[in-house]
Amino acid sequence: MPNLINVPGRVNDFVVKFANVNGTGSASANSLIMKAIFRMGVPVTGKNYFPSNIQGLPTWYEIRVTRDAYAARAGRVDIMVAMNAETYTKDVREVVSGGYLIYDATWPRSTLLQRGDITVIGVPLAKLVNENFEGVRNRILLKNIAYAGVLAALLDVDLEVINGLMRESYGKKPKLLDSNSKALHLGYDYAKQHLECPLPLRVEHMDKTRGHIMIDGNTAAGLGCVYAGATVGAWYPITPSTSLMDAFKGFCERYRVDPETGTRNYAVIQAEDELAAIGMVLGASWNGARAFSPTSGPGISLMNEFLGLAYYAEVPCVIFDVQRVGPSTGMPTRTQQADIMLCAYASHGDTRHVLLFPANPEECFYMAVQAFDLAERLQTPVFVLSDLDIGMNDWMCRDLKWDDAYRPDRGKVLSAEELAGLDKFYRYVDRDDDAIPYRTLPGMNPKGAYFTRGSGHNQYGGYTEDSAEYQVVMDRLKRKFANAAKYVPKPELIGKGDNKIGILSVGSCDGAVREAIDVLARQKIYVDYLRVKAFPFGLDVESFLSLHATIFIVEQNRDAQLRSLLTLETAVDKSKLKSILSYSGFPMSCEPIVAGIRATLPDAPWLSAVTTKSPR
Amino acid sequence: MSFINKPKVAHPSLPTNALGLTRRQYEGSMSTLCAGCGHDSITAAIIEACWGLDMRPEQLVKLSGIGCSSKTTAYFVSGAHGFNSVHGRMPSIASGANAANRELTYIGISGDGDSLSIGLGQLVHAIRRNVNMLYLIENNGVYGLTKGQFSASADIGTQAKKGDVNQTPPIDPVLLALSLGATFVARSFSGDKAQLVPLIQAGMRHNGFALIDVLSPCVTFNDHEGSTKSYTFTREHYHAAMEADFVPPAEQIAVDYPHGESIPVQLHDGSRVVLRKLGSSYDPTDRSAAYGFIDGKLKQNEYVTGLIHIDETSTTEFHTLNKTSAMPLNRIPYEKLAPGSAALEKLMGRYR
Repeated sequence: MPNLINVPGRVNDFVVKFANVNGTGSASANSLIMKAIFRMGVPVTGKNYFPSNIQGLPTWYEIRVTRDAYAARAGRVDIMVAMNAETYTKDVREVVSGGYLIYDATWPRSTLLQRGDITVIGVPLAKLVNENFEGVRNRILLKNIAYAGVLAALLDVDLEVINGLMRESYGKKPKLLDSNSKALHLGYDYAKQHLECPLPLRVEHMDKTRGHIMIDGNTAAGLGCVYAGATVGAWYPITPSTSLMDAFKGFCERYRVDPETGTRNYAVIQAEDELAAIGMVLGASWNGARAFSPTSGPGISLMNEFLGLAYYAEVPCVIFDVQRVGPSTGMPTRTQQADIMLCAYASHGDTRHVLLFPANPEECFYMAVQAFDLAERLQTPVFVLSDLDIGMNDWMCRDLKWDDAYRPDRGKVLSAEELAGLDKFYRYVDRDDDAIPYRTLPGMNPKGAYFTRGSGHNQYGGYTEDSAEYQVVMDRLKRKFANAAKYVPKPELIGKGDNKIGILSVGSCDGAVREAIDVLARQKIYVDYLRVKAFPFGLDVESFLSLHATIFIVEQNRDAQLRSLLTLETAVDKSKLKSILSYSGFPMSCEPIVAGIRATLPDAPWLSAVTTKSPR
Repeated sequence: MSFINKPKVAHPSLPTNALGLTRRQYEGSMSTLCAGCGHDSITAAIIEACWGLDMRPEQLVKLSGIGCSSKTTAYFVSGAHGFNSVHGRMPSIASGANAANRELTYIGISGDGDSLSIGLGQLVHAIRRNVNMLYLIENNGVYGLTKGQFSASADIGTQAKKGDVNQTPPIDPVLLALSLGATFVARSFSGDKAQLVPLIQAGMRHNGFALIDVLSPCVTFNDHEGSTKSYTFTREHYHAAMEADFVPPAEQIAVDYPHGESIPVQLHDGSRVVLRKLGSSYDPTDRSAAYGFIDGKLKQNEYVTGLIHIDETSTTEFHTLNKTSAMPLNRIPYEKLAPGSAALEKLMGRYR
């Protein structure tokens, strides 16, 4: 064995990466290991790097075992489980010096041994499985479970915990349970007999996951829609947002079907395209249902026309943009935050939209509910800007909680009684001087009838081509958007607020920023951090920007879109804003943030310039 | 002009319907379309149809896209909510609105540009989804608001006012709807109010997507010699194959139709359409026969009008397939929608 000086015995703090072929059922084996570690009380994150493909292309899964509960990608690989011959060369390169590579030694690979600074562990997995199981498909699936067994032995994962998980998964299918359990032990026993177990990188029981769950953001957001009381969901399938509607539908089947009649208290419509999906959402919202559409960048591009109508005619709607890599089709299975500008100003003409930035699945749940309240209160589209990393990866989050006293804020909708008592209803008059007009729903009272239109209209809802009448409405819409800052979630400040250096960021950068703050603090560099949760920006953002001499804007796109939005929508002197950008398509790690900030400090001239690309 | 309010004062001698409302109370704002526009006649037929159905004005929801036809939703039933959406996208607004509240009556007004060009995809999918609505195409073969370009329904050889001759084949909405399995397909002519009113009434009561293609000549851009959608051409070439009478649920069929000549069809709500054959022998409940008949007549330059196809046995209406609760989704109390904290706590176990 090579010497291990670079990797001290790191208990509960390392990264295992699985290199697989997609469509071979590796996901269940990988999540089995992750969940077992989680159940041992040890914080973990799971990141899936998969291709836009159904079967046959390389796919990777990365588990970070993190006793300090960091949410970001580690940016290093300590143990590579190399199960894809096609990517061996690349995978072996990625292992950190002193790390490990596990491969299927049924077919020995001398090329793998070319790196003297890592330990290569060969296990004849295919041979073991082929000797014990029949059927091609079965063997492929069980080989995954077998390497999970090897890993369990090497990492000292509690076998009882794994067995418990398997019983939960296959409890009702004894045959499956038997074969899976046999495959697990094949790997486990082989490792125990032939390998030095455990490795210096290993797992030990902790108590840091109590009160926590492992959940992805799309599931949490879909659940949030159920709790928000959404009844109409319209969508067009698009990666990486599809699982959001799948989740909503699944939860509705569980919670929204009348046990006696079998009738449903919801409607999920798979539209012909995103144009129709958002049209359906507007039609349903206009008619008084809480309605939403999950989509991704290309879908937002198509929805622009209707979004302008929703803004101008003041129709509430909720859109989840699970961002992926653009432009155009881009890289559908990679993550980015590159729709910020697109969503903020979607559609032609003067439009501005409310954005929410969840940083993790937990916030996806709560912000889903907030989004509906805001949309109906403000009578405007509200975007929840999630991304692939949050939406599709499993994150450790606090248990989701619900306050049964919650009631939806349906905004200013006149009831039948209010309408009956009204002399005359005018749709767009600012009666309360808060720039938010009253609306009515069809079917109640002919007095409430009005004509919704995207053409020029006056405050009474009538068609107009009169400049003054047009401007009355447009000016009120501007005031309404400014007022929205009072309703949206406030940013979160980490730090005392009196450091010279500030970091401002949104969404899934949060884990990397927090980890970077810890790393910098160990180097006696102290920074404040403001995590913005919504657009329009409020006074808290303005004051953070004005109180700090230098502010690093951390975001995951090439063109510094958040920075641009800040320069357009706040009074900040833009020379104070420095960008730290990650747009590789992989979730951000703390490294470019640490390097970027250190590089600007006068006492650290030896460090290179701001890293703009997140390394693999 | 639409910003001039029409006085709503009605003469006491005007007839009222069962709700005590006069026809005037089903009117909207003043039309801004050209004098003599076929669309205004259709508006008048809709007013007559709603009045005749004793419909509460607020029961109706009016939807449209963009174009001359789409403007007309402002010109009838001012007591109903209207949604003038974006070009070609009315079907999606209607689908969403209908999903939210299945109890209201939805009428979508569109044109040949709005439905057959920019909005063809949405029309096709609304038919396929069988959204319970009346979808009325005011078809004049021409783009009026942009001053006279051909639409996708313009016939081959038809001449534009400026002299261009159309060479691409038309999309016929009736054949399109039949091929997609629509359960109510009709064609009429804006100048034939007697035929149009019962068709509109039956279409509103039909439980599913009802399409009426109404030939509606454009007096300004398509009413000249050389046009196949002019008043003269249409009057000469339209061929009423079926005459429909609409009979509300409460009424008996007053007239006895000669045996073999009439086909009474019971609608979902108990009302009936009685179809009288005018000279032809096809069965409007037979979709393929209807398709063949219409297609054949089109080849002879004949527009067959009347209720061309009806299927009251279909069970593919959107809410039927979706098993939506009888109570409209927008009225279900929140307490029945959110599973509550205890259920959430239990659910958390799945994610540990």
